[in-house]
Amino acid sequence: MSSHDVMPEMGLYQPVSVEDAVGLASQLAERGWLVGGGQDTYGWLKDRAKRPEVLVDLKGIESMRGVRETADGIEIGALVTLTEITRNPLINERYALLAQAAGRVASPQIRNVGTLAGNVAQDARCWYYRRGLNCYRAGGNLCYADTPEGMNREHALFNTSRCVAVTPSDTGTALVALEAQMVIRNAAGERVVDAEEFFVGPNLDIRHMTVLRAGDILTAVRIPAKWANAEFYFEKVADRNVWDFALVSIAAAMRVNNGVIEDSRLVAGAVQCTPRRLTSVESAIRGKARNQETADQVASLAVQGAQPLNFNHFKMPLMENLVNRAVRGHA
Amino acid sequence: MNPKLTRRRFIKGVIASGVAAASTSLWYTASGQNRPAGAVERLLTINVNGQTRRVDVAPQETLAHTLRYKLGLTGAKLGCNRGECGSCTVLADDVNIYSCSTLTHEVKNKAILTVEGLRAADGTLHPVQAAFIQELSPACGFCTSGQIMSAVALLKSNPRPTRAEARQALSGNLCRCGAYDHYLNGVMRASGQLS
Ligand SMILES: Cc1cc2nc3c(=O)[nH]c(=O)nc-3n(C[C@H](O)[C@H](O)[C@H](O)COP(=O)(O)OP(=O)(O)OC[C@H]3O[C@@H](n4cnc5c(N)ncnc54)[C@H](O)[C@@H]3O)c2cc1C
Ligand code: SF4
Ligand code: FES
Ligand code: FES
Repeated sequence: MSSHDVMPEMGLYQPVSVEDAVGLASQLAERGWLVGGGQDTYGWLKDRAKRPEVLVDLKGIESMRGVRETADGIEIGALVTLTEITRNPLINERYALLAQAAGRVASPQIRNVGTLAGNVAQDARCWYYRRGLNCYRAGGNLCYADTPEGMNREHALFNTSRCVAVTPSDTGTALVALEAQMVIRNAAGERVVDAEEFFVGPNLDIRHMTVLRAGDILTAVRIPAKWANAEFYFEKVADRNVWDFALVSIAAAMRVNNGVIEDSRLVAGAVQCTPRRLTSVESAIRGKARNQETADQVASLAVQGAQPLNFNHFKMPLMENLVNRAVRGHA
Repeated sequence: MNPKLTRRRFIKGVIASGVAAASTSLWYTASGQNRPAGAVERLLTINVNGQTRRVDVAPQETLAHTLRYKLGLTGAKLGCNRGECGSCTVLADDVNIYSCSTLTHEVKNKAILTVEGLRAADGTLHPVQAAFIQELSPACGFCTSGQIMSAVALLKSNPRPTRAEARQALSGNLCRCGAYDHYLNGVMRASGQLS
């Protein structure tokens, strides 16, 4: 009987309350691993590149589901799937940017089970790291991607510090643009972190892509009313339209009055370890008409300071073009 | 060979090896009297293709493994075993998922539907199966059961999809033979939009 399941042997808990899950997560600490949809998780385990001993499946926790209206916007349960986000009427009506971003993740089957929490908390997709090599991010003392022969076509242009991996999360850029807030629970209580501070680069912590630590559970994501029904633009460029991660993506929210941009948030994905806010472009377009002329004037600001690696120079014109489209407002 | 007998032998073998595994895994502690809230029981009763099946499932076991190697349902294929091809697609409560990237314990309360469960009791094929045959959709056939399950999921929620909607709905199913347009023809026929 040839029947090997490539999953390694491990324990599994399926708590039904946040309290129980927090208890388990803090008790297990580094030995435990939280599971939302498992779509980022199982690859790590099958490859033996990460070796937790116990899985804590959060899907039974009812309070972490659903989309609610709040006094200032909406609150999305951490377990809400990407497919649910693409179909939710409230999100589509007011925050279509997030629905568009979620709709570009992976494939329909992965979106059907992949959760919003898992999408923002997923780990780097650098193939050296995913293979289980002992690079900086894995606790070692070299980077395989940032070498003369390293394959770094998909790696970073900005803010690298030993590690040159990029953020893989498609929803992360949209959430930073929308000034979302992440609600995190642990044994000590609850804290709320701005999406922009939630993602961290290697200069702050080379082992983690977010502020989440063992024992922390992301329970919800709040989106303030500030950008509700703003003008949005999302575009992701990848090698294939399905399954592939962004080479560069852009998420933009703008308040436009009589054709003039009053305020904006522009965020690029896959160009550094965190979603990258394009503040120089944001200030350059304030008070300008939203048209091709403005777009042509400001697009090159986006790539100022880029430090391309051997194989990712193409990301600079790509990024510039995406910013151009986002500013003018059409593909 | 009688498939039912084989299946029974399979399950017996698994229960025996499950006991052996207990001494080495965390399962032992997890099954103790004072276990923390939420520890899983291994012996599951799951609903597959409308039937109730008792099966011993390891905590980390994938649905593809349970279906193929414990329940003898080999219609879900293992192509990549990492969420990148779609040949293992099955439905859980009418939603298409990758069974290679789902733990059986995660879907133990859902109704699982595999390609084996599509045929009517009298042997009549499901409209998607019949249409795929008529349109000569499969080439080598390896991806076919996955394509069928994604098409079935689509037609359950959207009985008359446009070709673009069908393309999107089947986009998580890779076909190395490149028979995509033939599968789309099949979906359009199954939804009564081709004659
Ligand atoms: C073939 C393939 C292609 C993909 N393509 C894309 C893509 O194009 N774009 C993209 O953005 N992603 C992509 N992904 C990555 C990922 O699987 C999905 O983004 C998905 O949303 C992850 O969600 P999940 O719930 O399944 O994650 P899980 O695997 O359950 O979790 C991912 C991580 O988050 C942690 N986590 C989960 N829930 C919580 C919580 N509530 N609190 C704290 N930590 C938590 C887990 O411990 C784990 O470390 C792809 C994955 C695959 C396999
Ligand atoms: S880019 Fe980061 S994750 Fe990749 S090999 Fe270098 S240190 Fe490791
Ligand atoms: S075998 Fe499951 S997606 Fe390829
Ligand atoms: S028919 Fe051969 S892989 Fe699709």
